[in-house]
Amino acid sequence: MARAVTNRRKFIATLLAWTVAMLLFFPILWTFLTSFKTEAEAIASPPSFLFFDWTFENYSTVQERSNYARHFWNSVVISVGSTLLGLLVAVPAAWAMAFVPGKRTKDVLMWMLSTKMLPPVGVLIPIYLLFKQFGLLDTRTGMVIVLMLINLPIIVWMLYTYFKEIPGEILEAARMDGASLRDEIIHVLTPMAVPGIASTLLLNVILAWNEAFWTLNLTAAKAAPLTAFIASYSSPEGLFYAKLSAASTMAIAPIMILGWFSQKQLVRGLTFGAVK
Amino acid sequence: MGSITLNQITKSFGAKQVIPPLDLTINDGEFVVFVGPSGCGKSTLLRLIAGLEDVSSGQIMIDGADATAAAPAKRGLAMVFQSYALYPHMSVRKNIAFPMKMAKMAQSAIDEKVTNAARVLNLTDYLDSRPGQLSGGQRQRVAIGRAIVREPSAFLFDEPLSNLDAALRVNMRAEISDLHRQLATTMVYVTHDQVEAMTMADKIVVLHDGLIEQVGAPLELYETPRNRFVAGFIGSPRMNFVEGAEAAKHDCHSIGIRPEHLQISTESGDWQGKVGLAEHLGSDTFLRVQTDHGEMTVRAIGEVGVGYGDTVFLTPDPEKIHRFDAAGLRIQ
Repeated sequence: MARAVTNRRKFIATLLAWTVAMLLFFPILWTFLTSFKTEAEAIASPPSFLFFDWTFENYSTVQERSNYARHFWNSVVISVGSTLLGLLVAVPAAWAMAFVPGKRTKDVLMWMLSTKMLPPVGVLIPIYLLFKQFGLLDTRTGMVIVLMLINLPIIVWMLYTYFKEIPGEILEAARMDGASLRDEIIHVLTPMAVPGIASTLLLNVILAWNEAFWTLNLTAAKAAPLTAFIASYSSPEGLFYAKLSAASTMAIAPIMILGWFSQKQLVRGLTFGAVK
Repeated sequence: MGSITLNQITKSFGAKQVIPPLDLTINDGEFVVFVGPSGCGKSTLLRLIAGLEDVSSGQIMIDGADATAAAPAKRGLAMVFQSYALYPHMSVRKNIAFPMKMAKMAQSAIDEKVTNAARVLNLTDYLDSRPGQLSGGQRQRVAIGRAIVREPSAFLFDEPLSNLDAALRVNMRAEISDLHRQLATTMVYVTHDQVEAMTMADKIVVLHDGLIEQVGAPLELYETPRNRFVAGFIGSPRMNFVEGAEAAKHDCHSIGIRPEHLQISTESGDWQGKVGLAEHLGSDTFLRVQTDHGEMTVRAIGEVGVGYGDTVFLTPDPEKIHRFDAAGLRIQ
């Protein structure tokens, strides 16, 4: 009997998981399908699911109308750049908090995280003015800086969790062996934390890639990444659902492929430290 | 050279003073064991010597030079940790070579030293393995190898054997003692196991709540413990203590008598009691005897042929009775 209950439970859990997964995936699937419809079919009611005239017209139009390659390159530079810069700042910070914690370390960590709870729009005007002042508007440098700052709390938190798992005695052994702080971080800590650093890197590239608020508000043409590329198709000029979908598909495809191949690291990264 | 002198050193964590002012001299070439119950400050003391913790006040002299503020690596000491603390991402070869690499030694010299250390420690076949592929005993030897190649003026061991199983521990104990004989280098060894202390040490430092209770050679501590704490801590099974009328007969507050100094008889003796737990090891018999003066542990050589519930008589060897005053200090 126990076996039957287990099986039924398993079935329900599986069904539930698939339902949730499909619910989450459906908008992406719909976008993907719509990108192959004509504009008329895209807004047809009732909508057709699979049986419509498949066309690549939207993709060629999008290619003609905008410079995908430039947006793509901007996205790569901004997401990878902000993540690397973030790591450079976060590794020493996380080291300090994990291995030489003070009385207020926990508070500092919480305070860092609390900045993520601030609605970004609340600081849009000051940041916009600062960017204007320093000539950072619509520059990739500016975007790298702002996205690094936005994601820094997450990078620090993730690295902190990884570093916490590394026994302090190993670092003390390195110190006894004559390693300077720099040697300790380069030869001992970083190689040991490579899996953690890799998943932090990955997650932050994805977050930065998908970030839309700052990229839309602080870029115009030169530094506009793929988010701006998508947004340019949701315009008041008219209904361009099919083209918008084609642009979206092109924008999210690279990061989805990256995410697909690195799911293991991502899951490990996000659950690391939860189970010993 | 490897003499270490601690002058009035103290250590506080916040408001809590874990090491009250403490003086200690460790002579060159000595094997000194810090022993005490957990939380007595023995590991903290070792970490202060190593430089992994800063002293709150006082002075640490190593080979006559003030090392109080020196960085760990500059003190010329090598440490072997309880968890071995090997670098898991490096091969055994690289682990052993690490301190020399940090010292920027020539690669040929490094190779030679690694080869030598591996030969001495029976690690030659494992040089290219990762620590994760080794057994506990082998890991411990790698940790020792990493310490040896630095040619330190003193070795510090922080409970190095507590993660090993009993049989291996006995072997490693002998290996470390051998190593000390070969190298003739000062060794400072922390343990909570008084057997390790008794078997390995030239000099034992018994610590309790950060205070040094007694410093002396193993047998000196066994034969003339300065107070009840040392008397109870050194020796296994622990010393029996009797207070009240029996102690008054000896003009003191309490008397202590070791389990091996109680004569057991089934016919007559000073104290009558009933056997509780009886452990028959063949070579020895350990008995817990419930007497009018409390429970006593008795160690008899060989098999004595008594068991649970038997009535026995115990007679302390009058020469071996330790007397203590009300403060727990030894009365000569």
